[in-house]
Amino acid sequence: MLSRRRFLSLAGAGAAVTAAAGGLPRLTSTSAAAARPRGLERIPTFCDLCFWKCNAIATVEDGALWKIEGNPEDPLSEGRLCPRGTGGTGAHTDPDRIRAPLLRTHDRGEERWTEVTWGEAFAYIAEKLAAIKATHGPESVALFSHGLGGTFLKHTLKAYGAVNVAAPSFAQCRGPRDVGFELTFGEGVGSPERTDIRNARCLVLIGSHLGENMHNTQVQEFADAVGSGATIIVADPRFSIAASKAQHYLPIRPGTDLALILAWMNVLVTEGLYDKDYVAAHGFGFEAFAAEIATCTPEWAFPETGIEPEVIRETAREMARHRPATLVHPGRHSTWYGDDTQRSRAIALLNALLGSWGRKGGFYQPASMNVPGYPYPPYPTSTRGKVDNPGKKYPFASEAISTGIREATITGQPYPIKGWFVYATNLIQALPNEAETIKAIQNLDLLVVVDVIGSEIAGWADVVLPEATYLERYDELNVELFRAPFVALRQPVVAPPHDQKPNWWIARELAVKLGLERYYPWTTIEEYLDHRLQGAGLSLDLLRQKGVVRGKAPPLYYENGLAPAFATPSQKIEFYSVQLKDAGFDPVPRFTRPAPGPAGSFRLLFGRAPVHSFGRTQSNPVLAQAMSENELWLNAAVAARLGLANGRRVRLRNQDGVVSTFGIAIRATEAIRPDCVYMVHGFGHTSRMRPHARGRGASDSQLVTAYATDPLMGGTGMNVNFVTLEPEPS
Amino acid sequence: MTRLGMVIDTRRCVGCQDCVVACKTENRTPEGYNRDWITYATKGRFPTLSMTIQSERCNHCDDPPCVSCCPTGASHVHPWGGVVLIDHDACIGCKACVVSCPYDARYIHPDGYADKCTFCIHRVERGQDPACVSVCPTHCMHFGDLDDPESEVSRLLASRPHHANLPEAGTGPRIFYLD
Repeated sequence: MLSRRRFLSLAGAGAAVTAAAGGLPRLTSTSAAAARPRGLERIPTFCDLCFWKCNAIATVEDGALWKIEGNPEDPLSEGRLCPRGTGGTGAHTDPDRIRAPLLRTHDRGEERWTEVTWGEAFAYIAEKLAAIKATHGPESVALFSHGLGGTFLKHTLKAYGAVNVAAPSFAQCRGPRDVGFELTFGEGVGSPERTDIRNARCLVLIGSHLGENMHNTQVQEFADAVGSGATIIVADPRFSIAASKAQHYLPIRPGTDLALILAWMNVLVTEGLYDKDYVAAHGFGFEAFAAEIATCTPEWAFPETGIEPEVIRETAREMARHRPATLVHPGRHSTWYGDDTQRSRAIALLNALLGSWGRKGGFYQPASMNVPGYPYPPYPTSTRGKVDNPGKKYPFASEAISTGIREATITGQPYPIKGWFVYATNLIQALPNEAETIKAIQNLDLLVVVDVIGSEIAGWADVVLPEATYLERYDELNVELFRAPFVALRQPVVAPPHDQKPNWWIARELAVKLGLERYYPWTTIEEYLDHRLQGAGLSLDLLRQKGVVRGKAPPLYYENGLAPAFATPSQKIEFYSVQLKDAGFDPVPRFTRPAPGPAGSFRLLFGRAPVHSFGRTQSNPVLAQAMSENELWLNAAVAARLGLANGRRVRLRNQDGVVSTFGIAIRATEAIRPDCVYMVHGFGHTSRMRPHARGRGASDSQLVTAYATDPLMGGTGMNVNFVTLEPEPS
Repeated sequence: MTRLGMVIDTRRCVGCQDCVVACKTENRTPEGYNRDWITYATKGRFPTLSMTIQSERCNHCDDPPCVSCCPTGASHVHPWGGVVLIDHDACIGCKACVVSCPYDARYIHPDGYADKCTFCIHRVERGQDPACVSVCPTHCMHFGDLDDPESEVSRLLASRPHHANLPEAGTGPRIFYLD
């Protein structure tokens, strides 16, 4: 806040600034307003608070970071960041940042370190990597990586000969959804999702809590849909923010979504409300599909879901009324119950019945700009295959399975994994059953964590390498598939406060140390970026100035000339899947009742808050002010019965006897079913590397010891844990 | 006369706190103090529920008790736009204004003076919206001249049912919520 004295001294500068067109007239008096201070720089870059990667403009005042706003040229944010992006300033000042390279001095997990130079850290890593390569082969080093920033480390490790590279975002998050859509339409929904929410006249959300889940474009378009009077239908055990915007809120029993979707499809088919022309033109196996779901009536679904048959019929008819501009949202975090690919496939099929794929208000066809890659020498080849999915045990996995690499690390099969690199993902919180992760770590000869911030997995590392935040580094270009193609640049806004380094520098230096310098024909990142941009007819200078350049958008919908094409075996939308049948799975999704928990326990559900990303932001000093800890949502009547008042702290004990390390405050509310509890993910850190996040709330991940593996693609369904509540002494 | 005010569409608002975070960074409010905040009110019994979400702040009242009670004149109404401001140097931190505000919009800054929302007048002077309005990803917030019938805020108020908080306080609040 500027003091009055300060702004009077700046008043002269203010007089020179003209009012923007369409704005309010400029004040002419000597008001108590701050004039634009001198020494302001506005530097475009793109956000790293989540994977949406919105384009932003950071304002630096006299060399110090002041604020970050949306770049008006950005098709993702349209100039408006989400609260996390706005609070991105706190990523720079986060007190829990790693400040220097750390080398373990005691047993793994004790979190006792000595600070070393980068040279010493690289020497240690290079020696271990040489030993692993000599004894086990380079394939025995695996990389777990989340986000664009892992690009260069992946390049270095592939040059070394590593082949096992996975992101928890597949088997612990969006994998089932992607595979479900791939099996049906021949392609996935991508990220950012190709959902045309802004043009939808009816939006169906199944457990998707847009508004709490702050994927910027989707939330903006959701508000547009709500504002323009679209019908919103929400099925969720919890009365979410999105549910509060809905005309139809269906308080579904957890784990029964597939029964509801089958019943909706049954209504559309039996009442003849589906898009017959679309299905006839593009569908394969519709008759067999219709026969299969004939018994899935609303009356059948009612005892499973708790949703009245008339509500199921009414909402199905409402969907049909607005088709093809009815979007049944595919969701994102879809690893819930272990039958998640089939549930996602049912969502895909419901969309297919409504004719929304490829249509306005449904799913558009995204495009990206053509920005050629940098020409590198080919990576070494391996004949040993990957370890995450031996024998294609999960036949429809379309990406590497992180938990499969963990399993191989434990068993040593099909071959031993002896080194882990972990980039920007906290495997202890991201993978289910942390005991298994810790067991796998025991078999490693090397565990390296590269991150901006401390984490539980960093606490288990041999070497921790501190990365500069997105505000302090160049990074790989962002060339995204989206409704408007674009290319975006991340560039340094301020200097790193300590001995942190950009990911590209870390990866390149490591490569040099490993004798792999030929894989880095470029010396500076500017050289690399400019080379790629010149290939697209652009330049680094242009991107440094603008931050983002937009390309031409090809047709988005079939009605605009987009040609329908489906990369499935039948070249059609597969209502009936022969490839699933051949592999021994249900060719049309079938509902299985989820197993109940122990008597007196509550199903543990978790989700997102708009001001936090994963476990990465809890110590961000700006965002922590907006939400400092999570709470346990508990049905008000149940809370009264248990004598638990709002704010009372409880520990959670799960079905396997695991008790949360920390307590969590009760949020007694009408807004949740009595058979489950809900908490925001990412809290309850236990690591001493996170002193400003440690003990704030409880960790859902700790309690996710059980998981149901999806037999199609190896996803780990995590909503299969149950807890009882143990009040802490008040 | 220009009479600045806000109109906030509660249908669009998702309560994400972007307005709160943007205010913090724009105005560098001290840790633990906010010039704006969100209220969430859930009514009914599960599952027949409704929720109202409101982004709240100083109402820049037409008849501000915080100004009339100020012993030093630090709290004042700006001659243009009717924005209620505080001259930090003239403020003695007596808290009379903090107590007088029916909206609990003021706090004593750790540096000893009363502080609150300024409608980001430093931005408004330059033709920009307040930070909270300009950041909102749901476009639920609108800012402008309530006395100009052609302004966006006036047109929204004319076209939609709306309410203000605590009208019974009689202070003439200028933050309106579209129902």
